[in-house]
Amino acid sequence: MDAPSDRDLTETGLAAAGAGRILLIACGALAHEILALKRVNGWDHMDLQCLPAKLHLYPERITGEVEKAVLHARDTYDRVFVVYADCGTGGLLQVKCAEMGVEMVAGPHCYAFYEGLDRFAAHDDEITAFYLTDFLVRQFDAFVWRPMGLDRHPELRDMIFGNYTKLVYQAQTDDAALRAKAEDCARRLGLDYEYRFTGYGDLAGALAAQA
Amino acid sequence: MSDQEDDIILSELDDEELVQQMFDDLYDGLREEIEEGVNILLERGWEPYRVLTEALVGGMTIVGKDFRDGILFVPEVLLAANAMKGGMAILKPLLAETGAPRVGKMVIGTVKGDIHDIGKNLVGMMMEGAGFEVVDLGINNPVENYLEALDTEGADILGMSALLTTTMPYMKVVIDTLVEQGKRDDYIILVGGAPLNEEFGRAIGADAYCRDAAVAVETAKDFMARKHNRLAAG
Repeated sequence: MDAPSDRDLTETGLAAAGAGRILLIACGALAHEILALKRVNGWDHMDLQCLPAKLHLYPERITGEVEKAVLHARDTYDRVFVVYADCGTGGLLQVKCAEMGVEMVAGPHCYAFYEGLDRFAAHDDEITAFYLTDFLVRQFDAFVWRPMGLDRHPELRDMIFGNYTKLVYQAQTDDAALRAKAEDCARRLGLDYEYRFTGYGDLAGALAAQA
Repeated sequence: MSDQEDDIILSELDDEELVQQMFDDLYDGLREEIEEGVNILLERGWEPYRVLTEALVGGMTIVGKDFRDGILFVPEVLLAANAMKGGMAILKPLLAETGAPRVGKMVIGTVKGDIHDIGKNLVGMMMEGAGFEVVDLGINNPVENYLEALDTEGADILGMSALLTTTMPYMKVVIDTLVEQGKRDDYIILVGGAPLNEEFGRAIGADAYCRDAAVAVETAKDFMARKHNRLAAG
């Protein structure tokens, strides 16, 4: 299949192909990484459906949207796996998944599982870090700059980001162009820059456990 | 909203029109216009407290409602808050001089491990607008900060904020410590932040979860009224 566009993954998500025994219901921000892992591991029995990544701008909507997707698909597949971490739902997504009898990825958010939950939790000096992944670097304007109004009101930057000190780019792939863009994102936000290669981290293990 | 109103001269509007125009200017985040409007009303003999409640809080209430309804988003609310701040800066010293009513005192802060303060700042501002004295502890507060401030300030209300799923459980640490020290019932405890919900507020022993600044103000007023009623009855 053609790689879905980042814009579609942000705005509308990705429809399931309709083939496979296991359905992964994921955040659009994880689509490229999941498709890469499927390809590398030959997980053809896994189908992928993505909800729009922009749901993260309204985390209170995530649980309801995931629930709808699971209930819609569960009779079509042998098993459904939710590829979301808590993602700002305050534990509600976990409760809902348990209620529906489906599993989900452990951890607070994708920054944590990309780096590995234990390693991420060990950074107790990083409360002032703002994280970007490959997807978020590519979609920085659509996901951060414009929704925060910084294209129209640059004076808001310090009200929104004034308590942050550094931008950490957690790289899933080694890509010089993305590194340069991430560094530029840090500059635009007035933050120090740190590059950290994570690869797919705990995401690979979480999917392998379902395969 | 502001496009066709570029030529409006605020000082030529009557009081009612001016307040309506200030609602629009707050909505549009026009700080200088708000400052000008506040000064005009003061020159016309309005009490500072009346300017605050009728013009500024009235306008911010509309902003808050449209934010809740998904019509306005964070950037617009921040701009409106910034405009209100401009008006408040003029009114605050005057409010102190004129002995405006004090509804109660609140200590507020973002919990340990969390640096997010947009929501907390909005709550603080709206509480001040509603006549509460607010002591803002800022971000990343360990339990000791809250306890010390509650004690030294003689506060009625503790407000705690968190934006992260990983930091919100710290609110329970603060409440449990107050329970251990036998001080829990001395304070009204309000909690808020994007990942929180009512169930979480109940589970950690808070008095209420407040989903936004307007709700925080109404809840605080309600609890203060109950407190006064209890004291009057007792």
